Amino acid sequence: MPEPRTLTEKLFEAKTGRAPSPGEIVVAPLDLVYAHDGTFGLAVEVMRQTPLLDQVFDPSRVALFIDHAAPAPTVAAALVHQAMRRFARERGVRLFDVGNGISHQVVADEALVRPGYFVVGADSHTVTGGAFAAFATGVGSTDAAVAMATGKLWFRVPEQVRLVLDGTPPPYIMGKDIVLTIIGKVGSDGMIYRAVEYQGDGLRYVSMDSRMTISNMAVEMGAKVGLFPSDSVARAWFQALHGLDVPRIEPDPGAGYADEMVLELGKLEPVVAAPPNVDNVKPVTEVEGVEVDQVFIGSCTNGRYEDYVAAARILRGRRVAEGVRCVAIPASRRVYRRLLRDGVIDVLTDAGCFVAYGTCGPCIGAHLGLLGENEVAVSTTNRNFTGRMGHKSSKVYLASPATAAAAAVTGRITDPRSLLRGDAPLMLTDPGYRYAP
Amino acid sequence: MAWLIRGRAWRLGDNISTDHIISGKYKFAKINRLEDMLPYVFEEVIPGFYEKVRPGDVIVAGRGFGYGSSREHAPRLLKLAGIGAVVAKSFHRIFYRNAINIGLPVIVSERIPDVTEQGDTVLVDMERGVVRNETRGVEERFQPPPPVLLEVLRAGGIVEYIRRNGRLPW
Repeated sequence: MPEPRTLTEKLFEAKTGRAPSPGEIVVAPLDLVYAHDGTFGLAVEVMRQTPLLDQVFDPSRVALFIDHAAPAPTVAAALVHQAMRRFARERGVRLFDVGNGISHQVVADEALVRPGYFVVGADSHTVTGGAFAAFATGVGSTDAAVAMATGKLWFRVPEQVRLVLDGTPPPYIMGKDIVLTIIGKVGSDGMIYRAVEYQGDGLRYVSMDSRMTISNMAVEMGAKVGLFPSDSVARAWFQALHGLDVPRIEPDPGAGYADEMVLELGKLEPVVAAPPNVDNVKPVTEVEGVEVDQVFIGSCTNGRYEDYVAAARILRGRRVAEGVRCVAIPASRRVYRRLLRDGVIDVLTDAGCFVAYGTCGPCIGAHLGLLGENEVAVSTTNRNFTGRMGHKSSKVYLASPATAAAAAVTGRITDPRSLLRGDAPLMLTDPGYRYAP
Repeated sequence: MAWLIRGRAWRLGDNISTDHIISGKYKFAKINRLEDMLPYVFEEVIPGFYEKVRPGDVIVAGRGFGYGSSREHAPRLLKLAGIGAVVAKSFHRIFYRNAINIGLPVIVSERIPDVTEQGDTVLVDMERGVVRNETRGVEERFQPPPPVLLEVLRAGGIVEYIRRNGRLPW
């Protein structure tokens, strides 16, 4: 009878032939390598200047994305985009040009990340792919160059931690509240070099959109990966959205973990991460009343269909407060199209939101809404360091789309429960769900 | 030949992020020209760092060094500014990998950050796995990176390793 395996061990075993111990250095073959317009420049420089690296191992497993500064807000960005198009043409590599969307969203839209895959991306939020039971992790440009050229990379096998999501979440709780609560408890270095494996009977209530949010922020607690199993929810999602029958991959009962944490979903409340640290997490009730200048709903963290439905439930029939900008940027064209079809974009624009799609934009202070002196933003993004979204005196509170939309309506940080109508869950577990106003 | 790094310490706190090292904004204003970004290194954390840093200086920091983005500009800029090594209680993993790949020695040390003050002289012996605060007379053994990664560091980075050896280290 084989020993019970964790999800991480199963992924390594399927890829390399054996389940390694934590701390071991293992070289693994890769299913997907990707980069974007922020990291491509350095990567291609390394490839061009280094013998052995001036090649692409398998063009069908490499993808490039123009998403951070898209469309190009500066000539410097435009030049990088030109170089990417040239490279893609020369090497036969797939390029997702302006408008397709943010890399971590598009790889989900196109089923480029699947259960069992090993994925590296030249972006720290590549961990988003862990929502699909893929060993998906971020690397720097030089690693990306080595990965693109050789199709392999070294990994130091992480310790594995079981994180149990237990019970039933209240309807107003979203994946962002779950992951911010965890980060608030463990700290931004709490999971350094660990693989977090999400389990528990509460998983059935956590939609794929919310799983992506939770995996996305694995890096904000220092984790190497944040893994969800390929369970019934995930398999139904692949079937409904992609017509794909993906394998079931779950950890074995009795598998050994370095540590365990249990989160009672029923006890959760809406939270924010107050500036200037992601682990400075507080209940929204503790910061209510703080005046807000801009609200941003978007990014790889919360730029999905469920996120804008949650915002629409609060914004419908209401207006963005005087003096507040509300910027909404769905993470991909595919998400945007679905929202258009179902009338969600109408709700946002009628309320007074500025809407674009397919770019990181203000998240990294690139474009489409930077902050001025002493301005305050509520943002559905993943980092709130000093100066990240604009002027060094500006402040960013991270929150769920529901909490962000509530702030847009009142002009102050506001408990979303006070503005939500009805008690339908905000996490949309049915992949066929369609918003109706 | 011994592999020793000796320098003046810059004492930093916990969770120094890649955003602290270089804000993401500059990536898009001055894409790819690393030299243009140098004046902005640590501008929010250590005003005037660019003017004061000297080649061979060593960063001594708390927990979670290198938190945040995967952007390789962060370790590259530290190396370009003349930093000889980073000693910290723990490193975020992408930064750790990036530092090794570009030949910036990274050392995990629990005690030395506790006793080190700004300006102290710190010595790192990469082969013996010892880090010493010479000003305070305190020494600690550290776990060097695994041999395959130590070779990359010793060569000055993965690109230098490949150029020198004609192959990858694995």
